Amino acid sequence: MSDKKLKPAPLPNEGLLPEERGLFCDAAPREYEAAKGWVENFLNWARAESLWILGFGTGCGAVELRPLMTSRFDMYRFGIQARPTPRQSSVFVIGGYASVKTLKRIVRSYEQMMGPKFVVALGSCTINGGMYWDSYNTIKRIDQYIPVDVYITGCMPRPEALLAGFQELKKIIKSGNAEGQNLYARNFEWYKANQKKVIKDWNMPDYNW
Amino acid sequence: MNELATELAARYGARDWHDQRKDLASIWVDPIRIHDTLAWLKDQAGYVHLSFLTAIDNIERKAFTMAYTLRNHERGHSLIVHCDIDRDHPVVDSIHLLWGQAWTYQRELKEWFGIDCPGSPRKDEEFVLEGWDDLPMMRRDFDSLAYSQATYEDRPGRETADPAAHMKQKLYPEAPL
Amino acid sequence: MKRGQHHIIPPAERATPDLNSGKYLVMWQGPQHPGITGNMSLRLVIEGDTVVDCETHVGYLHRGFEKLMERRLYMQNFPLVCRIAVPEPDFNEYCYAAALEELAGIDIPDKAVWLRTLSLEMIRLASFLMWIGGQAGAFGHGTIAQWSVTMRDYVLDLFEELTGGRIYHMYIIPGGVRGDVPKGFLQHVLETMDTIEKNLNDIELVMFHNAVYKMRAQGLGYIPPDWVDTYGITGPNARGAGVARDLRKDLGYLAYPRLDFQPLVGKVSDAYERSQLRLGEMFQAIDLIRQIVDKMPKDGPFREKLPNPLYWKIPAGETYVAAECTRGEYGFYVVSDGTDRPRRIAVRGPSYTHAVSVMERLVRGVNIADVAGLMVSLHTYPPEIER
Repeated sequence: MSDKKLKPAPLPNEGLLPEERGLFCDAAPREYEAAKGWVENFLNWARAESLWILGFGTGCGAVELRPLMTSRFDMYRFGIQARPTPRQSSVFVIGGYASVKTLKRIVRSYEQMMGPKFVVALGSCTINGGMYWDSYNTIKRIDQYIPVDVYITGCMPRPEALLAGFQELKKIIKSGNAEGQNLYARNFEWYKANQKKVIKDWNMPDYNW
Repeated sequence: MNELATELAARYGARDWHDQRKDLASIWVDPIRIHDTLAWLKDQAGYVHLSFLTAIDNIERKAFTMAYTLRNHERGHSLIVHCDIDRDHPVVDSIHLLWGQAWTYQRELKEWFGIDCPGSPRKDEEFVLEGWDDLPMMRRDFDSLAYSQATYEDRPGRETADPAAHMKQKLYPEAPL
Repeated sequence: MKRGQHHIIPPAERATPDLNSGKYLVMWQGPQHPGITGNMSLRLVIEGDTVVDCETHVGYLHRGFEKLMERRLYMQNFPLVCRIAVPEPDFNEYCYAAALEELAGIDIPDKAVWLRTLSLEMIRLASFLMWIGGQAGAFGHGTIAQWSVTMRDYVLDLFEELTGGRIYHMYIIPGGVRGDVPKGFLQHVLETMDTIEKNLNDIELVMFHNAVYKMRAQGLGYIPPDWVDTYGITGPNARGAGVARDLRKDLGYLAYPRLDFQPLVGKVSDAYERSQLRLGEMFQAIDLIRQIVDKMPKDGPFREKLPNPLYWKIPAGETYVAAECTRGEYGFYVVSDGTDRPRRIAVRGPSYTHAVSVMERLVRGVNIADVAGLMVSLHTYPPEIER
């Protein structure tokens, strides 16, 4: 496959000032093909057993991440570690509701993460708005804006529920079905249109790589 | 406390002193007097602590009611000072030189109600919302549910059951409601 | 700000350095950062390693509580109210329930008073335990968080036994509390308190006699006593500066007049002294819980009967109920207008002043490595700033 066929058109990046446009990425994300056979199984096993989560407490759910990280529930024995920067993490845990201001940072952090990347959504607020269903500032379905792999219900989900959710995520990864990143690249225009409808002051590149 | 009520009435035309509890009272002044009243209460009467300041939208009588809550630690008494300002041109004196946290409250009032406090530092900066272009959202004529349904999509499949209608359907389907 | 060089700056004036001179760097200690207490950000202007100017940006957690509460019935607000200050939900429930009881003229039975006090003291202990993990972690001392968050989990187990929920209890409702004490619960409370006290002694040994912690925390974030009234600082931040104000003693609400304790006061309010003060308050909370378990009446009703919550109308009026939470004065201002929904509810959180006005002033001149430690030593929680 030649490179020219796969390369998408450059993005307009209208949110940036004209003098800054050369500094930022203007290529849309692209899909990645899985490797063949036992290589992919091996890679999936490696990805599933070292899930590094991004240290971004986006909402209420962050308060149950503390017990998860410490000695009582200890996620580290499952290979899950918290990392401070998106460049080093592979799982983004959306801890509950997302206000519009946070959504902009969620999109930015998600796009800056290195692939393969997965999203775990906690709580009922990510599913249908939860108890802020009539609020002017919280979104009701996080999967309209970024792709989600696993939903964990609850308000708050207990740390045991979080561990069960991570087990589910590992199963999905090992079976080769964790395609959130490719879904995002395939439907990039749709996701971007949804994001821009809600985030009114878009002053970052269209794809934050 | 009645000496304080008489003193405020004599100095600033305060009225309607109301004792809510033995450590909480409220009083009304005219908006033009609000800065002097608060400054006097802070400097001379010992009400040194500003708990908070907020506004209530009394849309029926076309006014915003301001509420400044002060506390006197020596006597252990809190006083809420009210004043009514016009809802169509909401402007009130700024108290940012009296207390160091007042400018944040006034910035919030500008964003949430549209109340302007001239001279308050950084009052036009965005506080909690980004890129908001609708009505100030704490006003009672802003419909939060309508805005949410128009802007954010619902997940399909949600059913709402009104309990009264459901029970009627289940138990007495033939009876009138 | 380092100790000994406080200069009086008029409120909210910024340093406004010349950003085009090439000497300064604008850096966001942004919402995605492990070194901030929750989801808020600081826009720092740094020169070399030192912070010159700071702006606090909040609003990432704004759900519009005050608007949502106006749309719901009084009873429907209960699940909503506890989510305003996430690590300490019971203070919200208490202030809201007390405000409604005052406006509606309801008196609660004695056992409910004691159960409410027990609930508030337990959540105070849990919140401080999580805080101390964050304070040590901000300076790189990761062990304390592993111990203290586990101890906090034991307190949350107690809450689960009492109320059914770990984080959000919805236990304190108007009229009293939602349920009675289960069998064997008080024994569990005393056993857990013994475990936690042993662990707190270990924490004191490991953290407060540690040379690195002392070097980094002493002199950091000095709050002069005259800032306490100018900025409305309350709680351990104020008590550290020598101002002995504690709403539990001053207002005498719930069962506190019947308990034996004194507010703890420090001498100089810097990060080290404040953390010592908070450790002392943790021991005090354990002592208060033991006193409550000892003095609580064994039987009696735990709830007053309320009118039908679907049609409950509260007479018109307004009130302000304050409580002393772990960080300072926490208050609910409730205005009712005679219908079955509130007219206006305003929440006064202590972090409103601490994280915005005080933080922006204190962080000038501080090394960027210490900014996180300073923020945690003020003990701010973003959700109560923007509700």
